[in-house]
Amino acid sequence: MSVDFVVHDADDDVGVVVVEGIEAGQKVTGWIMDQDRTMECEVKSAIPIGHKLAIRDLKEGDAVIKYSVDIGRVVQPIRAGEHLHVHNVKTKRW
Amino acid sequence: MELKGQTFLGYRRDNGRVGIRNHVIILPVDDISNAAAEAVGNNIKGTLAMPHPYGRLQFGADLDLHFRTLIGTGCNPNVAAVIVIGIEPGWTQKVVDGIRATGKPVEGFWIEQNGDHNTICAASRKAREFVQYASELQRETCPLHELWVSTKCGESDTTSGCAANPTVGNAFDKLYGEGCTLLFGETSELTGGEHLVAERCVSPAVREKFQATFDRYSDMIDRHKTNDLSESQPTKGNIEGGLTTIEEKALGNIQKIGKQCRVDGVLDKAESPTGKGLWFMDSSSAAAEMVTLCAAAGFVAHFFPTGQGNVIGNPILPVIKICGNARTVRTMSEHIDVDVTGLLRREINPDQAGDQLLEMMLRTANGRHTNAEALGHREFVFTRLYESA
Repeated sequence: MSVDFVVHDADDDVGVVVVEGIEAGQKVTGWIMDQDRTMECEVKSAIPIGHKLAIRDLKEGDAVIKYSVDIGRVVQPIRAGEHLHVHNVKTKRW
Repeated sequence: MELKGQTFLGYRRDNGRVGIRNHVIILPVDDISNAAAEAVGNNIKGTLAMPHPYGRLQFGADLDLHFRTLIGTGCNPNVAAVIVIGIEPGWTQKVVDGIRATGKPVEGFWIEQNGDHNTICAASRKAREFVQYASELQRETCPLHELWVSTKCGESDTTSGCAANPTVGNAFDKLYGEGCTLLFGETSELTGGEHLVAERCVSPAVREKFQATFDRYSDMIDRHKTNDLSESQPTKGNIEGGLTTIEEKALGNIQKIGKQCRVDGVLDKAESPTGKGLWFMDSSSAAAEMVTLCAAAGFVAHFFPTGQGNVIGNPILPVIKICGNARTVRTMSEHIDVDVTGLLRREINPDQAGDQLLEMMLRTANGRHTNAEALGHREFVFTRLYESA
């Protein structure tokens, strides 16, 4: 099965879109790299290649986990399948 | 790939170090000697002028770094011989003496009391001799562990952390096992993952030095910053590519040091390692600055993973580009030496991707020009520490 997005570690909150042209409403297949298994998800917004989708619901103030490590804080609620980027997540450093 | 007993064809220099290129460089000491250096580069075919914008009224640690960068560049084993041109004899001779310690041919020329014409004429005569000397040097079979390999990524995106950087990490783990000398750096770009690098340090002393180096750089950023560094670190290109925070970028970046390598030592900018293993160099995360420092520290091959397509090269250090972003490979294929998009399609695994990179590394070491070399990317960019006097 072709891979639309990849998840680095099984406990991560996000996946990375690795194909071009992902549109809202599309059912996509993710590859969880560290466990070498796949998962399904419906995307709720268009997501460019290289950008991230949330794979679980996140609320304001939550830490976002990727590579099993905290990569920043949620500044507005994000539902699974939505685009997660600088508009809804900020650094905890600097 | 079986690396045990692996060899490459390199140029062995008088000081024992091995290069994979055979450049005769024309090295200006300062900005106002660029015109003469470039004229010699035009006169004598087979030379390479390396103009840069600095070298006047620098002082203290900033001046020390300027000399370390110039002398280190001349000493790099990818360089066969060096013509040094400065405005006056004092600093010119200092650079010449530093390079002469390697035993390679080097000669200095200065412009005051001579003018550009006479300087260019005299330097051209010597440059012709050096080119003919270099052209008779032969490559010889050298064991893999004599290859010094550095890494730094650029215009990263999320595919960097999942594909291109782990490919470098896999190759570094294998090279580390063979006793190669390896380098990484980009101090600010460890922010959010610095604890993971600290854990990889080989001893408490190395860990302490690493932490102090990281903390100093972070303090410098805190002193000068006006915002959260969005569009600088991560860069505008990183953000376009999908990277959201410095923490995310750093965790992707750190994939380059693999899973098994330990951090054996910490270096100042443009400082050479004193033994084998993986070294961390305190350095800028700007591509051309960092790669220039790698060359000045004596590294002869460079792994450069990119996501959005940083096109950097270096005059003397071959830069091998690795990319896992299918759009970048499609739109910028002339820049990408190793395509690892197959990793993100589950067609290859990290071990196979690492082997693809090592195979390209050996071909590059044996003489294949990288895309950056073929395209003429010769970015030579000095790191400055503060204002000139």
